Amino acid sequence: MLKPVDVLMVGVGGQGTILASKVLAAAARAAGYDVKMSEIHGMAQRGGSVVTQVRLGEKVHSPLISEGEADVILAFEQLEALRWLPYLKPGGTIIINNQRIYPVPVLAGAAEYPENIIGKIKERVTSVLVLDALQKAIECGNAKAANVVLLGALAKQLPIEEKIWREALAATVPPRFLEVNQKAFNEGARC
Amino acid sequence: MKELLSGNAAIARGAYEFGVTLAAGYPGTPSTEILENLARYEEVYCEWAPNEKVALEVGIGAAMAGARALVTMKHVGVNVAADPLFTAAYTGVNGGLVLVSADDPGMHSSQNEQDNRYYARFAKVAMLEPSDSQEAKDMVGLGLEISERFDIPVMLRITTRVAHSQSMVELGEPGPREIKPYTKDVKKNLMVPAFGRLRRVSLAERMARLAEYSETTPVNFIVRGDDNVGVITSGISYQFVREVLPGASVLKLGMTNPLPLQLIKQFASRVKSLYVVEELEPYLEEQIRMLGIKVTGKELFPVTGEFSQGLVRRKFVEAGVLPAPPQAQDNTAGLPQAPPRPPVLCPGCPHRGVFYTLRNLKLTVTGDIGCYTLGGLPPLEGIDSCVCMGASIGMAHGIDKAVPGLKGRTVAVIGDSTFLHSGITGLLNAVYNGSDTTVIILDNRTTAMTGHQDHPGTGRTLKGAGAPEVDLTMLCKALGVQRVEVVDPLDLARLKEVIKAETAAPGPSVIIARRPCALLKREPKPAVTVDREKCKGCKMCLKLSCPAISVTDNKSSVDANLCVGCNLCVQVCKTGAMKGGSADA
Repeated sequence: MLKPVDVLMVGVGGQGTILASKVLAAAARAAGYDVKMSEIHGMAQRGGSVVTQVRLGEKVHSPLISEGEADVILAFEQLEALRWLPYLKPGGTIIINNQRIYPVPVLAGAAEYPENIIGKIKERVTSVLVLDALQKAIECGNAKAANVVLLGALAKQLPIEEKIWREALAATVPPRFLEVNQKAFNEGARC
Repeated sequence: MKELLSGNAAIARGAYEFGVTLAAGYPGTPSTEILENLARYEEVYCEWAPNEKVALEVGIGAAMAGARALVTMKHVGVNVAADPLFTAAYTGVNGGLVLVSADDPGMHSSQNEQDNRYYARFAKVAMLEPSDSQEAKDMVGLGLEISERFDIPVMLRITTRVAHSQSMVELGEPGPREIKPYTKDVKKNLMVPAFGRLRRVSLAERMARLAEYSETTPVNFIVRGDDNVGVITSGISYQFVREVLPGASVLKLGMTNPLPLQLIKQFASRVKSLYVVEELEPYLEEQIRMLGIKVTGKELFPVTGEFSQGLVRRKFVEAGVLPAPPQAQDNTAGLPQAPPRPPVLCPGCPHRGVFYTLRNLKLTVTGDIGCYTLGGLPPLEGIDSCVCMGASIGMAHGIDKAVPGLKGRTVAVIGDSTFLHSGITGLLNAVYNGSDTTVIILDNRTTAMTGHQDHPGTGRTLKGAGAPEVDLTMLCKALGVQRVEVVDPLDLARLKEVIKAETAAPGPSVIIARRPCALLKREPKPAVTVDREKCKGCKMCLKLSCPAISVTDNKSSVDANLCVGCNLCVQVCKTGAMKGGSADA
């Protein structure tokens, strides 16, 4: 019996949440899971808040994750971690990329970007993993691979073998970017 | 072989496997990816039509002549296509005809959340509602079969969470793409009153036969469980019900017009308490109540917005069907509110300069449907209204004629794709009826909002072939507009001058603000830099609502990773602090 797992990936349009969710779905399928995945297109793409929901289990019905149900939240940006925290299950894990992307209301001075988001989340959640995915991706040779750094960190939290992850990654990213993405995945998995 | 497919990709796969020869549609979230996926199969002819009415008429023609046809659109597109739809129910088909209506509960990317299930009842066509990608694919095949067997168009009604969720789909081999013989039959296809009356009677008979079929179709089925609680549901709500009440008896309706009334009665008689779980309107509930059956529906579940298993669970707890969950510790108490992150116009977006200027000139602006609707949000706030595709021009003309105080102060803005969709007749009307309206066509050479689809102005078809490019200037002149100006929306001084001149001029004017979408032609110029000595912190640049510009410690800065060097901020800056990276700054 495969243990059901609900993963919420949250970030800002353009951060590569979709590719990360594709690799996760491919790995989960290879591990024998039924998979459902949900995302929103259209309006959300224009620099807005984006969320992809991935559900794994023996048999998955709903493609959605409700508040208090996510086993893992993979947050590509601090403010989005804060926004989606209510979706974390009691005892769940949140992985946070410490990058900050200011939304237009903050840039325009109409709203404030909250201080010390990570500290406040750590006060409330036991299992918090924070990493500088952008810096690690730059060190690996491509800032765009930050999503795969995060994926590496996620991989350690899920009951899927490393070999399967690596095959899913190779099958999903374009061959010319595979090497840098493999490095990025390793960096993330070390966190 | 199984593949993880979105509902939209599954529908495209279904059209490929089940012998569709022709598909047509107009882009609209959440329906767009159906034709984008289907166009990849060489065997199927696909096209973007200028609007949904034309798309459906193309499908009706193909079906009348004997081919299987698929037509796709978002829910509000069916409003545009309603005219041919209602009479196509009378004529019926020859080859099968399936119309996909992609509804958007929760309005993720729409101006309303109308429940298009009522269209199936209103127009008297059959309707199927899938709950996941496998059903979405299978129901294309079933829909085509029903269409041919009962001589009726079939509506395949999906919602955002079916269209954009991915689940496993068993792939099949493509069947033959057959064309049935066509014979001229005016009594069936020529809807003059005398023949229309005959087909009206025939339609009633066809619906009666469909109602019988609905009783036995395998897509209407019972999941037998505990009979204390029975639930009738359809579409994505079925998944939420199965998740929340795994042991309950469920009547799952895959065919929701006409409904299987006997099956519903039989199901209702076996369960102690009966619930209907459906998003949006009480479509099923009303018809079940008409059978005299006692049922709980919209008194418990909301008529607005999207459902989730969380919502369905809360409601069944409220109704006493489920026990209250143990009080979980609230780990979010005292957390700061996350400021919103609304979608915004991209860096370098050619629309930005137009809305900045319109706001500056304090004009009343009727808007339309597209990316540029985002120009209405703060801090740009360059639009007063948005109703539907094409509405901007008619509305501006109405204001011009009715309210003297706004005459010469009102402008309509409309995108190139939207203008070709339904702006042309509005402009023709403005000319015919002597309007002083000014229309700005935001010509970014694509259908941007839905992800860059081609249209009659781009010079390319959905299948990637070259096509004649409509000349917007000539088109407007042919409609009778004497004053047509083309401007670059990134040249703020000239743009302002032209808008001032055209709003002041008598008679209708068209300004074509032409510059390709910033995402379409990625030719970033060097990023703008800020001279911190010269920056006085006046924040004029922030009024552009550009994601690349921020002000900290009273000094502007430009994010070089986001900036594409459009140089609007250089033109707006009063102190000369913003330095353009390119020669034409």
